[in-house]
Amino acid sequence: MSRHVLLIEDEANIAEAIRFLLTRDGLRVSHLAEGLGALDLMRSDRPDLVILDHMLPGLSGLEILAALRADPEIAAIPVMMLTARGRDREAAEKAGADRFISKPFSNAEILAEVRAMMDR
Amino acid sequence: MPLSALTGTRLRERRLAAGLRQADVAAAAGISASYLNLIEHDRRKVRGAVLDRLAGALGIDLGALATGSDAALIEALRSSAAHGTPSGAELDKLEEFVSRLPGWAGLLVSLGARVQSLERAVETLNDRMTHDSHLSQSLHEVLSSLSSVRATAAILAETDDLDPAWTSRFHRNLHHDSERLAAGAEALVAYLDAGSAVAEQGIAAPQEEVEDWLRARNWRFDDAELAEGCGSEVAALASTAARSLARAHLDRAMSDARILPQVEFLAAVTRLGPDPFALAERFGCDPLVTMRRLAALADTEAGLVTCDASGTLTFRKPAAGFPLPRFGAACPLWPLYAALARPLQPVEVVVEMAGQVGRPHRVLAWAAPRFPLGLRGPELREAAMLVLPAEAEAQVTLQIGSSCRVCPRAHCRARREPSILSEANPGDETAMGF
Repeated sequence: MSRHVLLIEDEANIAEAIRFLLTRDGLRVSHLAEGLGALDLMRSDRPDLVILDHMLPGLSGLEILAALRADPEIAAIPVMMLTARGRDREAAEKAGADRFISKPFSNAEILAEVRAMMDR
Repeated sequence: MPLSALTGTRLRERRLAAGLRQADVAAAAGISASYLNLIEHDRRKVRGAVLDRLAGALGIDLGALATGSDAALIEALRSSAAHGTPSGAELDKLEEFVSRLPGWAGLLVSLGARVQSLERAVETLNDRMTHDSHLSQSLHEVLSSLSSVRATAAILAETDDLDPAWTSRFHRNLHHDSERLAAGAEALVAYLDAGSAVAEQGIAAPQEEVEDWLRARNWRFDDAELAEGCGSEVAALASTAARSLARAHLDRAMSDARILPQVEFLAAVTRLGPDPFALAERFGCDPLVTMRRLAALADTEAGLVTCDASGTLTFRKPAAGFPLPRFGAACPLWPLYAALARPLQPVEVVVEMAGQVGRPHRVLAWAAPRFPLGLRGPELREAAMLVLPAEAEAQVTLQIGSSCRVCPRAHCRARREPSILSEANPGDETAMGF
């Protein structure tokens, strides 16, 4: 069974590009366009990796990350954060993100990071 | 009247300035030369009748030895020292410093005040950048669009067997995001242009002030306007330095107009085209003059850049699709610098600016030696580069950038510092050096 990535990104075209790349790489990708409902989905689906945008409508990326790390049931899920601003990185690191990708990212970069995180 | 402990030092300075001998002044004041020597070296305090007589012998007013202005300087320096980082400044010798070198002390105080003012301005701007939600949102919008464009374009370029339906979908996304990116960038530029805080706070350099003024009048001066002098426009500039630069610019423009009167010059441009070398031959003048006239008069959308012997850009009239660096040095590959190294030899090259693919420019450059201190003085040079749009199919012979710091060209052997664009993408590190 293919590995599962949950992508939480409100920019539809970015999400579509990432989804295309990862699906083509043999991964199963589900997508949410906002933060609300993300935690419930993680609890029910147990993705192997979460790709989480920083700025989201509803719950922000940092709020989702903090809640995820506080929940023992899903706390171990690795999280890659997509950040647009340099100073967001420090906050994401404190909140428990495993990796960061800064926008605008390259496809090769995001693919390499996802593969590395999946191989852990 | 308060007198400094260093009154003796001042007496000595005044005596030496008057060219008087110690023995003569001492005799005139009714004291011994050795006593005056002790006074002058601040080893004896001097006051009362002796001081009056010494002042009389030197022909100076006692007020000249007063310390009112010194006290203010000392206080200001002490305040500067307290505000600055620990520097080991000899606070116990402040009075001596102010007394001996009042001009330098005054300069230090004014620089300290300037630093404090600039620190406040930087703090304000930093605060604005950090907390301005409009700016933050605009940047986020641009970055998001850019991310999408980059990811989508890479998929289209790198996926050989892309399904037609996906191709069509990604093309649509690309179009949508490029429109969004353009709108976001325009909004950002409009916002930053509207913010005049930089100019208001005196951060803009004098050259930038002058260029803003020239831009507002579309860089154009008709001869009739020059004859009127544009005095009120110059007077409206914020800083003294900018007004001085503007007056120098106008003086030169008037001199150029005398060499190449508008009507004759434009008639020749119609016949010969915007060719500064052919025009210089026609009028028997320096090509630097024809370049300046082309930039100031002819309807050619010509950009013009000039530099001095150090390569510092002294004038920047931009041309469409040819961005000029606002700070720091320009791309070392610019033909401007080839001309600077070879004065009196025409340089003409079709170039392509980084990020402006399919939009070449024909640039013409010339440099001339200058001897401001006479022919036996040092040789300085002045170079100019005229930037004209070229036909899209013109053969590009040189690829250049604006400035290394913002140039995306990878593996450029002329690069002198890393680009911020490669810093953002460490995988694309640009080679440096020769």
